[in-house]
Amino acid sequence: MLLAAPILLPLTSAVVLFLLRRSPWHKLLSLISAGLSVAIGLVILFNAAADGPQVAQMGGWAAPYGITLVADTLSGAMVTIAGLAAFTALMYAVIEVDDETNALGFHALAHAMTGGVCGAFLTGDIFNLYVWFEVMLISSFGLLVIGGGRRQIDGAMKYVALNLVGTIAFLTGVGLLYGTAGSLNMADLSLKLAGRMGETAVLGSAGLLLFAFAAKAALFPVFFWLPASYHTPAVATSALFSALLTKVGVYSILRVFTLIFEPGTPAVEGVLLFACAITIALGAMGAASAGELRRIFSFHIVSQIGVMMLGLALGSKLAMAGAVFYFFHHIPAMMGLILLGGLVARECGSERLDRIGGLWAAGPWLGVLFLIPMLSLIGVPPLSGFWAKFFMIRASFEAEHYIVGGLILMASVLTFFYLGRVFVAAFWQPRPGADVAEITPVYPHRLLVAPILVLASVTLGISLSPEAFFQIADRAATELLDPLPYIRAVLPQGEPS
Amino acid sequence: MEPALAITVGILVAGGSYLMMSSNLIRFLFGLTIISNAANLAIFAAGRMTFGDPALVAEGAKTPPEGVANALPQALILTAIVIGFGLLVFTLSLVLRAYAEFGTADSAGMREAEPRNEPEPETAFGEAR
Repeated sequence: MLLAAPILLPLTSAVVLFLLRRSPWHKLLSLISAGLSVAIGLVILFNAAADGPQVAQMGGWAAPYGITLVADTLSGAMVTIAGLAAFTALMYAVIEVDDETNALGFHALAHAMTGGVCGAFLTGDIFNLYVWFEVMLISSFGLLVIGGGRRQIDGAMKYVALNLVGTIAFLTGVGLLYGTAGSLNMADLSLKLAGRMGETAVLGSAGLLLFAFAAKAALFPVFFWLPASYHTPAVATSALFSALLTKVGVYSILRVFTLIFEPGTPAVEGVLLFACAITIALGAMGAASAGELRRIFSFHIVSQIGVMMLGLALGSKLAMAGAVFYFFHHIPAMMGLILLGGLVARECGSERLDRIGGLWAAGPWLGVLFLIPMLSLIGVPPLSGFWAKFFMIRASFEAEHYIVGGLILMASVLTFFYLGRVFVAAFWQPRPGADVAEITPVYPHRLLVAPILVLASVTLGISLSPEAFFQIADRAATELLDPLPYIRAVLPQGEPS
Repeated sequence: MEPALAITVGILVAGGSYLMMSSNLIRFLFGLTIISNAANLAIFAAGRMTFGDPALVAEGAKTPPEGVANALPQALILTAIVIGFGLLVFTLSLVLRAYAEFGTADSAGMREAEPRNEPEPETAFGEAR
C-alpha cells in the first residue's frame, strides 16, 4: 500500500483540487499534499535502502501476470526528489500563478503530472510505464498551455509534436518486446531476454525504446523541443518541468537498459556515447548564444542531460553512481536557479539580458542567493556540482574516453561564461533606462523566496556531506548493475513456465 | 496472415511519415494518427495471428477453455487507442488555437517562442560594455 501512495496521493489530490479550484484553501491543500509526498518518498527510500527492493502486487495478481510496483533505492530517491520538486515549485506558484489560471486547474494538473512521474519511477511493468508516460505527458501539455498566450501555444506545439512521435515509438517498441518474449513484466522480461540481445526483434525494440526515452530526456538529435518550449510557461511550471520531465527519460533509460536489455551492448553504448558527447557540446554552445534567462537555462539543461546519460553510456559502476548523484545535485540547483531567474524577471519586468540589471543595489542578498545554485552548476568546489562532475569526469577517464571527459570540462568553462554573464547582467549592469537613484530595495513575497531557500539548503546539504548522498547513489548503481535481487523480489518462485 | 499485416503496417508507416514531413500541422496530425494506428496493428500482430475462440471464461470455470485467442494484445491496443484518442483531441484543439492565434496552420509561420531576431547576448549588455 505504501508503494502505491506516491501515485495515489497526487492523483487523488488532483481530483480534489480540481473540484476546489475556486476555493481560497486549495493552494494550502496542494502544498500539504506535496509536502506529504516528500515524507512518503523518504520512508520508501529508507525501507528500500535498508531491506532491498520493495514490491507490491496490484490487485493481488502475482507477477508476472499483474501489475507490479517496485521500489529499489533509485526509485525511492527519485520519488522523494519528485515530491520535493512539486512542493517547492507549487509554493512558488502560490504567488506567481494568478487566480484566473488557478480556476482553470493549475494545481490539479501539477499534481496529476507528479502522480504520473512517480508512477513511472515505481512501476515494474513496461506497458504500465507507457501509461504513466502518457499521464505525465497529457498533464504537462495542460500545464504548458494553461492561461496561454501566443508564445505558450507556439512552444507547446513543438513540445507536443515531438513527444507524440516518441510516444508512438515507445508503444511499438513495447509491442515488439511482447511479441518476442511474451511478457510485459520487467523482471520477467529480464529473465526471458537473457543472452538474446543479438536477435533482430530485441535490438529493434531496444532501438525504438532508446529513441523514445532519448526524445523524452532531450538528447541529441531529438532535444530541440526543450529550448523551444521551456521558457514559455509560468516560472513555476518551467522549474517543475526541468526537475521532472527530462529526468523521467533518463531514469527510464537507466532502468530499461540495465534490467530488460543487458548492459554493455556495444551498439547501444556506442550510439549513446556519441549522442551524449554532442548533447553536452551543443547544449553548452546554445546556452552561450542565447540572450534570455530561461532560454539560457533550457540549453543548460540539455547540456547536463548529456552528462547524466553518460552514466549508462560508460556503463561502469562509478559512472552509474555518478549519474544518480547528478540527479541529486542537478534537480535542486537547476530549480533554484530557474526560480531565482523568475524573481529577477519579476523585478526587472523582462527576461532579456539587455533589459535587466541593477539588482545588486536593490538587493545584494538576492545576488548571494543566486551564487549558490550558479556556482554549484558550474562545478566550483566544494559545492554539489563539483562532486557530481568529479565523479563523471573520473568515470570517463577510467573508461579511457578522454574526449568525453574533456567535453564535460569544456562545458563547465562555458557554463562559467554564460551563467556568469547572467549574473553580471542581472546584478552589476545598470538597469537600462532606469536611474540608479530610482532603484528601490526589493522585498519579494516570502512564499517566493522560501522555495529558493529550501532548494539552496538542499544544495548546501549535498555540498557539505557528499559522502552520504554518494552512498545512496552507489547503492542505487549496485542494484542497477546486479538486477538479481530486484528480479527475486518480484518473482520469488522464479520464472513461470 | 502475418505477411499481409506486415505489409499493411509498412504502407501505413510510409504514408504517415510522408505526411508528417509536411510543415502543415493538419497534415502532420493526420500522419501521426496513421502511424499510431500502424503501431496498434503491429502490437496486434505481435500477439500472434491465430484462428482462436473468443477469450471467454465459462460460468463457474476458473480458466478459459482450450484454443482461445490471446486477449492481452487486444487489451493493450484498447488502452493505446483510448490514450491516442485523448492525445489526438488535445493536439487538434491546440492546432485550432494556434490557427486562431497565428492565422496559419504552417509551423514555419510560428516563430513566437523562438523569434528570428532573437536578442543576441553580445548586444544584450547594452551600456555595461
